[in-house]
Amino acid sequence: MANRLAAGVDRVRRTTQAPRPRRDQAPGIRPATETDVPGVIALDQDVTGLLKRDYWHDMFERYGAHPDATRIFLVAENAGRIDGFIVGEVRAWEFGSTPSGWVFAVQVRPGRRVQGLGSRLFETVCDRFRAAGVDRVRTMVAPENTVIHSFFRSQGMMAGPFIELEMRLD
Amino acid sequence: MRFQKATAIALYAVLELAADPERQLTAVEIAEKYGISAHHLAKVLRDLGRGGLVDAVRGVGGGYRFAGNAKRLTLMDVVSLFEDVTADTDELPPQAAGQEIAQALRFVLTELDRQTVATLRSITLSTMLKLVARRPWAGAETKPPRRRVRQA
Ligand SMILES: CC(C)(COP(=O)(O)OP(=O)(O)OC[C@H]1O[C@@H](n2cnc3c(N)ncnc32)[C@H](O)[C@@H]1OP(=O)(O)O)[C@@H](O)C(=O)NCCC(=O)NCCS
Repeated sequence: MANRLAAGVDRVRRTTQAPRPRRDQAPGIRPATETDVPGVIALDQDVTGLLKRDYWHDMFERYGAHPDATRIFLVAENAGRIDGFIVGEVRAWEFGSTPSGWVFAVQVRPGRRVQGLGSRLFETVCDRFRAAGVDRVRTMVAPENTVIHSFFRSQGMMAGPFIELEMRLD
Repeated sequence: MRFQKATAIALYAVLELAADPERQLTAVEIAEKYGISAHHLAKVLRDLGRGGLVDAVRGVGGGYRFAGNAKRLTLMDVVSLFEDVTADTDELPPQAAGQEIAQALRFVLTELDRQTVATLRSITLSTMLKLVARRPWAGAETKPPRRRVRQA
């Protein structure tokens, strides 16, 4: 019986991972271009209810316009429509930390969720981070946003070594 | 944080069964594997059955089988059947002169509770099983956890 849990775990692994296309076959995931920005803005507005035109143009300018090994803005496009995107960056020496990958934003169109697209975007960014020579990836989540928190946990993320602190300035 | 004994036992049993939903195990089989009381586990399994997380299979060769959706059930869904884990600021004592120290302490403890609640809510059984398979503690610089789950 000792090996049963491990065997079961392997089974869960197979059933949860098998249907997903392999990373190198991930359809439609590519670096964002300027013409994708309106699609990103629209998707974000769908998801968050907020129109953030300047913010996303600025994000594209910083992370997408001059892509290199350390600044990454990827979109998942399907028949001309943006179904998802992810933004990340390699940051070094912040808070005394060795270089690590940061994921700032990930979103998938509601109708395309729970089909593995978010995972493929995340895996693709992680591949880029690995290629840039970093050995860990970080992010931050709002505790009440259980979906995104569960998503990152399901990718294998755990609590990081830092504690976020804040204080009111009034 | 410390789980109550029933909670820890319930987590072992649910995860053991969820690792293979088609397999059925008796309370004795699970209890032996984890070195826990079969009697206590049998009671916990009945509670898990009432909570809809496991099915009792009657008759010879009977036992228990996992009955939920491992991709959606979280650690919190299991834990909350056995103990109250909340970060309820409503429970802060009413403002009263002389109770500032108690209030400040509650304020700090609520911070810890919030973290606990968010963590337990975000980890599905399926994520837990992936963690078991990955064994991240094996390669970590820190020593592996010696105890299984700390019990009260
Ligand atoms: C989080 C998000 C990106 C996930 O995208 P997705 O394409 O559905 O993700 P996947 O299909 O790859 O799911 C991977 C895992 O995440 C977890 N997950 C995803 N949606 C979940 C949900 N609704 N409830 C619980 N877990 C969930 C599951 O563990 C899932 O694994 P499974 O498919 O084996 O069950 C998507 O839900 C989203 O865009 N949410 C809104 C994001 C947001 O609020 N962004 C603002 C901050 S940037």
